[in-house]
Amino acid sequence: MGTERINDTRRNFLRKSAMLAGTLLATSVTKPFTAVIFAANQPDKTKPWYGIGIDIEKCIGCGNCAKACKLENDVPKEPFYFRSWVEQYAIKNDGTVKVESPNGGIDGFTQTVAAEDIFKTFFVPKMCNHCAKSPCTQVCPVGATYESPEGIALVDDKYCIGCRYCIQACPYGCRYLHPVKNTVDKCTLCYHRIKKGLSPACVEVCPTGARIYGDLNDKEGLLNKFLKEHHCHVLKPNLNTGSKLFYNGLSAEVR
Amino acid sequence: MPPQLKTLLPLLAVFICIFLVARHFLIPESFGKYGHYRADSMDETAAIPINYVGKEACAECHDTETAKLASDLHSVLSCEICHGPGALHVADAEKGILLKPGTREFCGTCHSINPARRTEVINQIDTKEHHPEKDNCIDCHNPHAVWELKE
Ligand code: HEC
Ligand code: HEC
Ligand code: HEC
Ligand code: HEC
Repeated sequence: MGTERINDTRRNFLRKSAMLAGTLLATSVTKPFTAVIFAANQPDKTKPWYGIGIDIEKCIGCGNCAKACKLENDVPKEPFYFRSWVEQYAIKNDGTVKVESPNGGIDGFTQTVAAEDIFKTFFVPKMCNHCAKSPCTQVCPVGATYESPEGIALVDDKYCIGCRYCIQACPYGCRYLHPVKNTVDKCTLCYHRIKKGLSPACVEVCPTGARIYGDLNDKEGLLNKFLKEHHCHVLKPNLNTGSKLFYNGLSAEVR
Repeated sequence: MPPQLKTLLPLLAVFICIFLVARHFLIPESFGKYGHYRADSMDETAAIPINYVGKEACAECHDTETAKLASDLHSVLSCEICHGPGALHVADAEKGILLKPGTREFCGTCHSINPARRTEVINQIDTKEHHPEKDNCIDCHNPHAVWELKE
């Protein structure tokens, strides 16, 4: 084989080199389309780049975030689809984990595990992680879901064909098919509110300040202060989704 | 080049032209402005009206209640936690009917005993055992200033 390589004519070698250079040149022309090719934009450091912080130690599981989310965004009350919901975790002394979310937590919680069996128990509010490398936006066949320049994963409901591919792709289960519109719906971080300078509805109603949202580029901002003062984790870090939903006090059992 | 291909070439060129023209008219203007999506859809999402207006809006007309609420431990609560979204009410106070829950179930969503809640964050009571002589929590506690007890 080695001899074959050497026997290759100079003409052939030059031709191949020219082809390679041509391909490189051609791909450099597609620079404006890198967002399409790599499915993710590099964040612009001078513009807001939103993230969320949730303090599990402060959450009392009142479910007002889930309720306010439904009322603010006209998510149908029933069937029980959620943009934002709360789960109650109870880790028993024998190591088994019981996760409950009756009606997404809207009507509050009761502890169903007997007190003497509980090793530890806590609430985990969940919502879209607004990932920086979101797996859901990459799979859309029609360009109906995308990451906005502010780092918010949005759905264009006029373009969505309801193929449910993104619902499958989201590792956090944060998307659902709207039963009336028949398009995919998800948390928008209350885009219509934050654009008007208001906080998202779930943050607005949280009675204990367990929820924080803010600009990750603003080094003096609330969210960066929260990240500085707490040891925060994201959900499923092994998936490398670039999640921007940071939990303080997250237990390893939470999935 | 085979002759049959030569005759097909103009046809191919016509198809490509039709494709390009159709593409030009079918793709919305803002598509691809920031990426592979319609940039206008962001403005459409941003234009959705809000339902939760916040404490400041309520304070304009209900300054006594707002001052009451600020005076005690419930100062951390938003009016709309208890009264429901207020956008309709703010636009027309007569029409937008707001909730006024003060039942044991409602207050219990935050205050009933649950080991998952930390006592440092919120004081909890057994909603059935705690002063069962009155039906509702607000028969004793003022919802706006919780330690103002009625007797
Ligand atoms: C434009 C002024 C205005 C604003 C702003 C306003 N209200 Fe009112 N509200 C009224 C008026 C007027 C009434 C009727 C008073 C009455 O009947 O005694 C009322 C009545 C109420 C009542 C009593 C309803 C009842 O059935 O007795 C509640 C509760 C209430 N408002 C809550 C709120 C909350 C919460 C907000 C903030 C989201 C708010 N209001 C903002 C004007 C306002
Ligand atoms: C903890 C829940 C809670 C919060 C928070 C709360 N309210 Fe109320 N509010 C109530 C309840 C319960 C009543 C009914 C009281 C009654 O019937 O005696 C009420 C009654 C009212 C009334 C009618 C007063 C009347 O005399 O009938 C107004 C106006 C009002 N609230 C405004 C506000 C405003 C403004 C805020 C925010 C600054 C607020 N409330 C926050 C629970 C709450
Ligand atoms: C959305 C959750 C929520 C609801 C609903 C709620 N509260 Fe509270 N309540 C709180 C929080 C938060 C505090 C402040 C706790 C603290 O800072 O220690 C508090 C404090 C109190 C306190 C003082 C407890 C103490 O530590 O001294 C009383 C009493 C109280 N609430 C009664 C009520 C009553 C009565 C109702 C029903 C009208 C009610 N609460 C509804 C969240 C709630
Ligand atoms: C008959 C009057 C009455 C009723 C009804 C009532 N409370 Fe109380 N509550 C009190 C008094 C008095 C206290 C002071 C401490 C005590 O006696 O337990 C108190 C204390 C509390 C505390 C503070 C407990 C602590 O450990 O500091 C909370 C929280 C509370 N109440 C919430 C509620 C809730 C929620 C309801 C409705 C389920 C309710 N209360 C119904 C009279 C009442």
